[in-house]
Amino acid sequence: MFSGLSLFPQQASTLAADVDALYLFILAVTAFFGILTTVVVIYFAAKYRTEDPLKVGARIHGSIPLELAWSVIPFLITIVIFVWSAHVFFDLYRPPDQTLEIYATGKRWMWKFQHLDGQNEINELHVPAGRAVKVTFTSEDVLHSLFFPAFRTKADAIPGRYSTVWFTPTIIGEHHIFCAEYCGTNHSGMIGKVVVMEPTAYEAWLTGTVAGGSLAQRGERLFSDLACNTCHLSDGRGRGPSLANKFGASERLTGGATVAIDEAYVRESILRPQAKLVDGYQPLMPTFQGLVSEENVMALVEYVKSLRANTAVSRAEAPEEHASPTAPQENR
Amino acid sequence: MTAAAPRVTYLNHEHTVASWLLTKDHKRIGIMYLLVVTFAFFLGGIFASMIRLELATPAGDLVSADTYNKMFTMHGVAMVFFVLIPAVPAILGNFILPLQLGAKDVAFPKLNLLSWYVFVIGFLFTVYAMVSGGVDTGWTFYTPYSSRASNTNVVATGLGVFITGFSSILTGLNFMVTIHRMRAPGLTWFRLPLFVWALYSTSLVQILGTPVIAITTLALAVERFLHFGIFDPVLGGDPVLFQHMFWFYSHPAVYIMILPPMGAISEVIAAFSRKSIFGYSFVAFSSLAIAIFGFLVWAHHLFVAGISVYSALVFSFLTYAVAIPSAVKTFNWAATMYRGAIWLKAPMIWAIAFLGLFLVGGLTGLFTAALGVDVHIHDTYFVVAHFHFIMVGGAIMGYFAGLHYWWPKITGKMYSDIWAKVAAIIVFVGFNLTFGPQFILGYLGMPRRYHVYPPEFQVLNVLSSAGASILAVGYILIAIYLVASIFWGEEAGDNPWHATGLEWTTQSPPLPHNFAAQPIVTEDAYEYSKREIKVV
Repeated sequence: MFSGLSLFPQQASTLAADVDALYLFILAVTAFFGILTTVVVIYFAAKYRTEDPLKVGARIHGSIPLELAWSVIPFLITIVIFVWSAHVFFDLYRPPDQTLEIYATGKRWMWKFQHLDGQNEINELHVPAGRAVKVTFTSEDVLHSLFFPAFRTKADAIPGRYSTVWFTPTIIGEHHIFCAEYCGTNHSGMIGKVVVMEPTAYEAWLTGTVAGGSLAQRGERLFSDLACNTCHLSDGRGRGPSLANKFGASERLTGGATVAIDEAYVRESILRPQAKLVDGYQPLMPTFQGLVSEENVMALVEYVKSLRANTAVSRAEAPEEHASPTAPQENR
Repeated sequence: MTAAAPRVTYLNHEHTVASWLLTKDHKRIGIMYLLVVTFAFFLGGIFASMIRLELATPAGDLVSADTYNKMFTMHGVAMVFFVLIPAVPAILGNFILPLQLGAKDVAFPKLNLLSWYVFVIGFLFTVYAMVSGGVDTGWTFYTPYSSRASNTNVVATGLGVFITGFSSILTGLNFMVTIHRMRAPGLTWFRLPLFVWALYSTSLVQILGTPVIAITTLALAVERFLHFGIFDPVLGGDPVLFQHMFWFYSHPAVYIMILPPMGAISEVIAAFSRKSIFGYSFVAFSSLAIAIFGFLVWAHHLFVAGISVYSALVFSFLTYAVAIPSAVKTFNWAATMYRGAIWLKAPMIWAIAFLGLFLVGGLTGLFTAALGVDVHIHDTYFVVAHFHFIMVGGAIMGYFAGLHYWWPKITGKMYSDIWAKVAAIIVFVGFNLTFGPQFILGYLGMPRRYHVYPPEFQVLNVLSSAGASILAVGYILIAIYLVASIFWGEEAGDNPWHATGLEWTTQSPPLPHNFAAQPIVTEDAYEYSKREIKVV
C-alpha cells in the first residue's frame, strides 16, 4: 500500500470493515439527498426559467405538511446514523479483556513504543496478526495524535494523561502510523509504520531483539534506583503503602473518596504524589516530575502491575471494572 | 434612464479623505470594510496558493517546514477572523440593513465607526505579527504548543484576534438595537426580509460568543508570559480545557460566518424566482435555532481528544440536531423556485452555485458528526474539505451572491452579467476540483497540516492544486469586472432586478440619508405576486 494511486484505504483490522460500512451507508444517504436536491434545483431553474423580468411566480407561501416532512424525515435518518455510529465508536474505544499491551510515548517528533518484554522501538511497531493489541500512550511535550489509518483508529496523545487505542490487525504487512495532531516543525515527519507479522514470526522477532530484561524488570530496577522501595515496603509497614497486589483494586483516599488503581493513577502518584493521597498515610513522598521520563514511568507502572498475585493476567488486560468503558480520558 | 443633472449620493456629497475616515454613514463604513476585507482575502489567498504549490509534490521542496506551518496558520487567521466573520455582516450588513429597515442609519453610527477602527487596529496587529516573523500554531492555537513550545508571534496574533473580537461584539450590538428600534412604520417582525433575521441571529452569537474567545486568548497570553498554569499540564493546567474554551466560541463562529450568507441567499432566490420565500417563518426561525443550538455542539471537535464517551454521545446527538435547521433552509430554497418565474441573472447563478456547494458541505458534516467515522477522519483532509465547502463554498459563495445582488445599489453601476456568470462557473468548477479530491485523501488517512506526505497521495494533491489555480482565476476575474463596472458600467437604475425590499425603493447609489421620505411598509416581504410591476 506504499505506492501508486489509491482511492480507498486498506481494511487491515477487524474494526476497519465496520467503520467503512457505516461510512458507505452515510455516503449512500447523503449522495441520495444531495443529488435529489441538486436535480430538483436544476429542474426548477430550467423549467420555470423566464427572460421576462416582469413576470412573477405563483402565489405560494409554504406548506406545513412539507415543512414537517423535511424536518422529521432527515431527523429520523440522522438518528439511525447516530445510533449506528455510537455503536462503532464504543467498539473502537472499548478494548476486549485479553489484549497484548504496548506502551507508547509521543515526543517531538517521534513515537517510542515499549513492549512488555523489554523491546523498544522508534517509529516502528511490530505486532502479531490476529491478536488484539492495546496501546497505552501519552505525550512528553505537546499534543500529538496516534493515528493508524489502516485500522481506522486514532486518539490524541495528551501530556499529563494516558490515552488508549486498540486494534486486531488482520493483514500481514506494513501500514502507516501518522501523527494527526499538529505538533510543530516536523509534524509531518512524525510518521512510522506498524509491521503486522505472522504470530510465529512475531515470536521470533521478540526473542531476536531482547534488550536488558522485560519492561517490568526495568521498572523493578528503577524502583530500587529511585529508592521507592525504602518506603513502599511489601509488608505494608513502610511510610508509604505497600504496592503488592494493588493494581486493578481500588483504594480509599484521605477525605473518603475512593480511586481505582489503574495506569493513570499510578502515573499521577509518581509525578504528583499529593494529588490523591491514600488514607492513613502522610504526604511525605516527593514529586518525581522532571526526574523520571514518561518511558520510565511506564516501566514503573508495569512493575506495579506485575506485583499482582495472579501474574498469569499480567500480560493481559486487567479486570472489567477499570478496563471498560475506556475512553482515552477515563484513565485520569 | 440616465439622469441629466448630477444627483447627490452618499458617494459624491463629500469628497475629502476625512469625510471617509470620520464618516458616520453606515454605507461608507460598509465600503471601508469592503476594502480591508478584500485586502485580507487577497492576503489569505496568497498563503493558500503557497500551500497548494508546496503540496503539488510529496517532498517539502518549495518552502521549509517552519515556513509551511506559518503559511497555513496565517491563511487560517486571515481568512477566519478578517474575511469570513466580517464579510457579510460588516460589508453587506452595514450597507443594506438600515436600507432594508427603512432607516437613516444604524442605531449607533459613531459606535459603528469605532467598530471599523477597532477592526483595523486588530488587523494591523495581526499583519504586524505576520510580517515580523509570523506565527505557526495553526489558527486554532492549541495548547500546550502555543503556550509553551512555539517561539513565534503567538501573543501578537492572539492580541489581534482579541481586539478584532470587540469590533464583532460592537457590530452585533449595533445591529441588534437597530433591528429592534429602527424599523420603518409597518415593518413588523414577520415582514422583515430574511437577511435581517439572519443578521439578528448572527448578532446574538457575536454578542454571546465573542467574549469567550477574548477570555481564551487572554488566558493563553497569561500562561505564556507569567507561566501561570491554565492549560499546560507541567504547570498544573489542562490542555483540553483550552480546546473546550476555544471551540465554545469558534464553533458558534462558524454560524457567524454562514448565517448572514444564508440570509443573502434567501433574498437572491426570492428575488430571482419572483416569489415569496417558501416557508418564511421556518426559514426565519431556523436561523434562530441554528444560533442557539450552535452553542451546544462545541465538543464535537474533541471526539478523539479524550473527552468521555458519554459526553461524546451527547455532542454527537446535538450536532445532528443542529443539522436539521440547515436542511430545512435548503429544502425551502429549492421549494421557493417551484413555479417561480426564474430570471437567471448573475446573482441567481451564484446562489445556485452556493446551493450545490453548501449541500456538499452540510451533508459531509453528517460524516464528521458520526462518532464511529469521525475517529478515523478527524484531523485529516476530510475535515479540511468539509469546512472549506461550508466556509468557502457556502459563506464566500453566499457573500458573492449578495455582493452581485446589491452591487448595483452600492455603486449605482451594473457589471457585466455574462462575465459574472462565467466567473461563477469557473469558481464552482475550480472549487470542486480543489476540495473534492481532499475528501478521498482524508478517508485514505492523509492528516491535515502536513508539509510532506507519502507519495501515494500525490495524484489527488496535484488535482487539488490544479483546482486551486482555476479558483484563483475565478476570483481575479471577479475583481476585474467589478472594478471595471465602476468606471465603465451602465447606470443600474433604482431597481435593476425589479425586486421587493425597501433598499430598492431609493435611488442607486442611495442618498446620504438613504430615503427622501420615511418609507411606510404595508405588505409582507417578497410579495411579488401582489405587486404592481412598473416598468422603469
